[in-house]
Amino acid sequence: MTGDAEEMTVVAVERDFAHPVERVWRAIAQPEILSEWLLKNDFRPEVGHRFKFRAEWGEIDCKVVEVEPHRRLAYKWSALDVETVVTFTLEPIPNGTRLRMEQIGFRPDQKQARGGAKGGWSGFFDNLQDTLDSQ
Amino acid sequence: MQQNDLLFRSLGDPTRRRLFECLCIEGEQTVRALTQRAGVSQPAVSKHLIVLKNAGLVVGQARGRETIYTARQVGLRPLLEWADHMTQFWEVKFDRLDEVLKRMDQ
Repeated sequence: MTGDAEEMTVVAVERDFAHPVERVWRAIAQPEILSEWLLKNDFRPEVGHRFKFRAEWGEIDCKVVEVEPHRRLAYKWSALDVETVVTFTLEPIPNGTRLRMEQIGFRPDQKQARGGAKGGWSGFFDNLQDTLDSQ
Repeated sequence: MQQNDLLFRSLGDPTRRRLFECLCIEGEQTVRALTQRAGVSQPAVSKHLIVLKNAGLVVGQARGRETIYTARQVGLRPLLEWADHMTQFWEVKFDRLDEVLKRMDQ
């Protein structure tokens, strides 16, 4: 048993961009720029703001849960009956910005999403992936 | 997608995750044995096991007066497929973000 794994990172994508943090922040926080690379949206960087992303296959219902300019942005992401929280974390690096996107599921509603995979369960999940892959 | 919803919700509770994990690691167990480790009452454990069963994550088999539960790891497959799908989605979006950032530079 791995103790108190309260949340679980299901999807994590991290990439270094050769652009300053301020520019990367604008690309994720300004709706018109966001729509150029992610999906059409009516996003506003305000905690509590409800908005939608519009994809060809349907809509994604979202609600902003965290805004820390140039550092962190998180919103609930509900699509196809599955509710997750998407969190972007920006970190300055010598040549630009490290952007990490984590999509966290299975999180009790009352808890604030905190970035970073919790060791036990996530490791367990990886092992399961291996197990299933080998079947 | 209904089944996915059931699956995701069933794993939304840390006690249920621990029960499932325990069954995966240690093999089949009685409700009584699981209760000793779970730190919640036996009726609560039974209720959690029913949720896991409905989600296809465990199977229960009556043996005498007890029910033995076994993990069904293959039940997690839709979740892993969903995670793969979303990872690809974000990778493609990040490619496009890179192009947009370059344009912003000009």
